[in-house]
Amino acid sequence: MEPAGPLDLLLSADANLVAIVQLSLAITLSATFFAALLGMPLGAFAALVRFPGREAAVVVLNAFMGLPPVVVGLCVYLLLSRSGPLGQLGLLFTPTAMVIAQTVLISPIVAALTRQVIEDLWAEYCDEFNAMRVGPVARVAALLWDARFSLVTILLAGFGRAAAEVGAVIIVGGNIDGYTRVMTTTIALETSKGNLPLAVSLGLVLIALVMTINALAWSIRRWSEKHAG
Amino acid sequence: MRDEVAKLGVMRDRLSDLPIRFEAVDYCVASLAILSGVTFDICPGEPTLLLGPNGSGKTTLLKLGMELLRPSAGRLTFAGREAGALSRSAIVFQKPAMLRRSVAANISFALAAAGRSANPNVVEHLLDQVGLAGFEHRPARRLSGGEQQRLALARALARDPEVLFLDEPTASLDPAGTKGVEDIIVRIANAGVKIVMATHDLGQARRLGGDVVFLVAGRIIERAPSPDFFVSPATDAARRFLAGDLVI
Repeated sequence: MEPAGPLDLLLSADANLVAIVQLSLAITLSATFFAALLGMPLGAFAALVRFPGREAAVVVLNAFMGLPPVVVGLCVYLLLSRSGPLGQLGLLFTPTAMVIAQTVLISPIVAALTRQVIEDLWAEYCDEFNAMRVGPVARVAALLWDARFSLVTILLAGFGRAAAEVGAVIIVGGNIDGYTRVMTTTIALETSKGNLPLAVSLGLVLIALVMTINALAWSIRRWSEKHAG
Repeated sequence: MRDEVAKLGVMRDRLSDLPIRFEAVDYCVASLAILSGVTFDICPGEPTLLLGPNGSGKTTLLKLGMELLRPSAGRLTFAGREAGALSRSAIVFQKPAMLRRSVAANISFALAAAGRSANPNVVEHLLDQVGLAGFEHRPARRLSGGEQQRLALARALARDPEVLFLDEPTASLDPAGTKGVEDIIVRIANAGVKIVMATHDLGQARRLGGDVVFLVAGRIIERAPSPDFFVSPATDAARRFLAGDLVI
């Protein structure tokens, strides 16, 4: 009997493949959620508050957008390993560790892009808000609301980055079959084993996912231009 | 116009800010003097037009009056009170920023910022005042230049202003758009709102009347009622400006 091809695996909704895709989505969506919680307030703070060393902080934040995933993985590994400061929690080689690693990886992206979006919008609104005597809380709320479509696009960019990442999750997750094996780590493993049909089918799913995300971002942008101006 | 707003139950009793008194006011950025020794009063009555070439300090003067800037030197008072007490002024900028929302939401935001209820009737009334009735649900940023300027006027009126500062509000508009905005300004002035408007458009200054404050290089060169200024200017700089010469 011939081994199943990539399309066969996709069309038959292979259980192993579905489980891997589900785990990947759960980890990446969780990481995106936590990155939004951390990164957006941080970005808004950096955009609106003047403090000593702000310029340096912005440079560091921008530089962290390009954090190497393997370095992030290594740092989180050291943090969660038995001898690390959080070793007692026993999180290493669990999906939680993978969520932490991806959150660390994409939070700077969310924060840096949020800062840029909010700062640009603030430059535009500053005089009007001052003239209208808009209070600080109302300012932040208005800026976040008016930047909502750009912020969604930023989250989608973070999601895309996390979904496509392999270095960090393979270090802290361990690529354990049925437990921490996600799309990217499976592709790497199966390719090295020569099991190309599964690797290719997962690659197709990953590409489809990324294209869907980009289509979604484009649709949101178009809708917002049409309805919100 | 303000009476009509009052009928809607949204007027509030507040202290007057007039006269706004500039006493030997300087405004500098680093070592560059933008305004020097400016002394004059903004009193209730007809529109006050700030006339002068680009860079003469008109916008800075408006921002000082609106308390968006603080004088580097001199004294600025509002009905005898020190700066910081201003509550009944509004400003329309040359290029107003429209919030990324609908026309009605822009008005609601201005009403909320002014501590007033964003009652749909008030929103509708304000839009009607500036000829934008029926535009409620349009995205504000998709309006034409003239429509955006009128929406900015409605937002300013949402503050129920006693003084309305206007910074060249028709500078980028075509004649039809200019006339539409000027008609609204006249109606607002007739309703008892003090208009203080910067312009370098001589025709517009003639049309709107009132008194003219002529500025050159950050100094008030001449102040006179509009007919006097245009018929018999007292200074050589004003004569040259009216003759179309370049005054710097």
